[in-house]
Amino acid sequence: MNNSPKPILELKNIDAGYDRQTVLHGVNLAIYDHDFIGIIGPNGGGKTTLLKVILGLLKPFSGEIIYPACRQNLFGYLPQNSRFDQRFPIDVTEVVLSGLMSEKGLYRSYTRSDKQKAWELLEKYGMGAYKKTPIGDLSGGQMQRVFLCRAIISSPRILILDEPTTYVDSNFEKEFYPILEELNKTLSIVMVSHDLGTICSYVKSIACVNRELHYHHSNLITPEQLQSYHCPIELITHGRVPHRVLKDHESSHL
Amino acid sequence: MLDLLRYDFFQNALISTLLIGVSCGLVGTYIVAKRMVFISGGITHASFGGLGLSYFLGFSPILGATVFAVLSALGIFFLSDNKKLREDSLIGIFWSAGMAIGILFIYLTPGYAPNLMSYLFGNILTVTREQIVLSAILFVLIIVFFVRFYRPLFYIAFDKEYSRTHNVHVNMIDITITLIIALCIVLCLKLAGIILVISYLTIPQAIAGLFYKNFKQQLIASALISTSGSTIGLFISAFLNIPTGATIVICFLLIFILGWGLKKVAR
Repeated sequence: MNNSPKPILELKNIDAGYDRQTVLHGVNLAIYDHDFIGIIGPNGGGKTTLLKVILGLLKPFSGEIIYPACRQNLFGYLPQNSRFDQRFPIDVTEVVLSGLMSEKGLYRSYTRSDKQKAWELLEKYGMGAYKKTPIGDLSGGQMQRVFLCRAIISSPRILILDEPTTYVDSNFEKEFYPILEELNKTLSIVMVSHDLGTICSYVKSIACVNRELHYHHSNLITPEQLQSYHCPIELITHGRVPHRVLKDHESSHL
Repeated sequence: MLDLLRYDFFQNALISTLLIGVSCGLVGTYIVAKRMVFISGGITHASFGGLGLSYFLGFSPILGATVFAVLSALGIFFLSDNKKLREDSLIGIFWSAGMAIGILFIYLTPGYAPNLMSYLFGNILTVTREQIVLSAILFVLIIVFFVRFYRPLFYIAFDKEYSRTHNVHVNMIDITITLIIALCIVLCLKLAGIILVISYLTIPQAIAGLFYKNFKQQLIASALISTSGSTIGLFISAFLNIPTGATIVICFLLIFILGWGLKKVAR
C-alpha cells in the first residue's frame, strides 16, 4: 500500500459462521478507495459468509469490524440472482428506488427527483424502455442491470456483488465487466466470482477464501517468479486466453 | 330492498362490511404478494382456540380470538424466522391446535352450547356496536400504516435481506404488519367465519392481479372489489334470506370467473 492510506472498512481477525460452526477463521481484510477485490474460493468455503459479515447481515463470533464514521450509503449490494420472488408485483423503477432505503429510512418520502435519478440510471444502462415493466418479465441480464442500478443509486462508497454473472448468458459478462471498470473510478468494488477458473480482468486484487482468507495484490507476480512457480493445479488454456497466476498461500493450500 | 336499510341490524352489517371490505382488500394484497395465504389460514384457525376459551371462561369472544390470533401470528413469525422450525409445519400445528382447543372448550362449557355454525361461517347480521367501533379503529390504523409506510413495507416485502443491508427497521415493519394481519382476521371472523375469512384475503386480490401487475394498483383494485363484492353479497343474502358469508364468497367467485373470462376474450 502506498503511504498506508486509511481503509474505508476493515475486518480484523474475524471468526464467523452459523450455529457455532465456524465457517471463517481469523479473517483480516481492508477495503480501500478504488479497490477492486475479487473473492474466489470453493463452494462452502465462506465467500457468501464473508459478504454477509461485511454487510452487517451476520454478526461475527469474534473479531472487529471498523466502519467509517458515517455508515449511511456505505454499501451498494447486488445479491445473487436467483433469490427473489419473480412474480412479486413490483416494476423496474420501484426496484431501483428501493436502493434509497438507507437514505430515506422509514419516514422520509421519495421525491420526483429521486424518480428522475432512477430513470437516468436506467437509461444509462440500456433499460430506459423498461421503466414500468414488472421485474419478473425481464431476462436474467436485464434484471442484473436493474439490480445494478438499485445498488448504485445511493452513490455508495463500496459496491458489493455476489456472483453477478451466474445464471446469465455469457454475452452479459462481456457487457457487464466494462461497466464495473467505469464504476470503479468512483467507488470500491468487492465481487464474489462463481468459479475458480475465471475472473474478470479488471479485478485489481484477489482474495482466496477457504475458511481462511489469503489476499493477493495484483502486481505481485513477475515473469521471473512465474518461472519457478510451483502450481498445485494445472489449467489448460488455449492460445491467447488471458490469465493470471497467484502466489502460493503462506500457511495452507486453497 | 331498500326497506332493509331502515333496520338497525342491517345498517350495522352494512357499515361493518364496508370497513372490513377495505381493510381486508389492502391487507390481503400484502398477504398475496408475499405468499402468506397459508399463514393467514393458520392464524384464522388458531383464533378459534381463543373463541372457545373465552366462551368457557365467560370473556368477550373477540378478546380471546384476538389474543390467540396475535400469539399465533407472532409465534409463526419468530419461530420460523430463525430457521430451526419449518414454517409450513408450524402453521399446521397452530392451525389444528387452535381448532382442537376451541372445540374442547366449547364442549366443556356448561349450559347452552353456542352455535358452532356461526363461528365457522360467520353471521354478519348479529354484529354489535362494539365490533363496529373496533373495525373502524382498525380501518383507520390500516389506512394510516399503508399510506405512511407504503414504500418501506413494499420494499421489505420484496427483498428482506437487501433491506437489512440498508439499516432499515425491518423487524419493526414486519411485526407491525403481522399484528395488523392478525387483527384484521379477528374482525373479519364475524363477517365471514373461520372457514371463509381466507376468501376475503385472496379472491379480490386474485381478481385485481388478473388486471394489474403493480402493487399500488392492486391495493386500490382489491379494496374496491372486496367492498363492492361483499356489499352486493350482503344485499342478495338478506333479500333471499340465505347465509351472508357464503353468498359473499360466491359473489367474489363469480366476479373472478367474469374477470378471467374478460381477460381471455380481450386477448
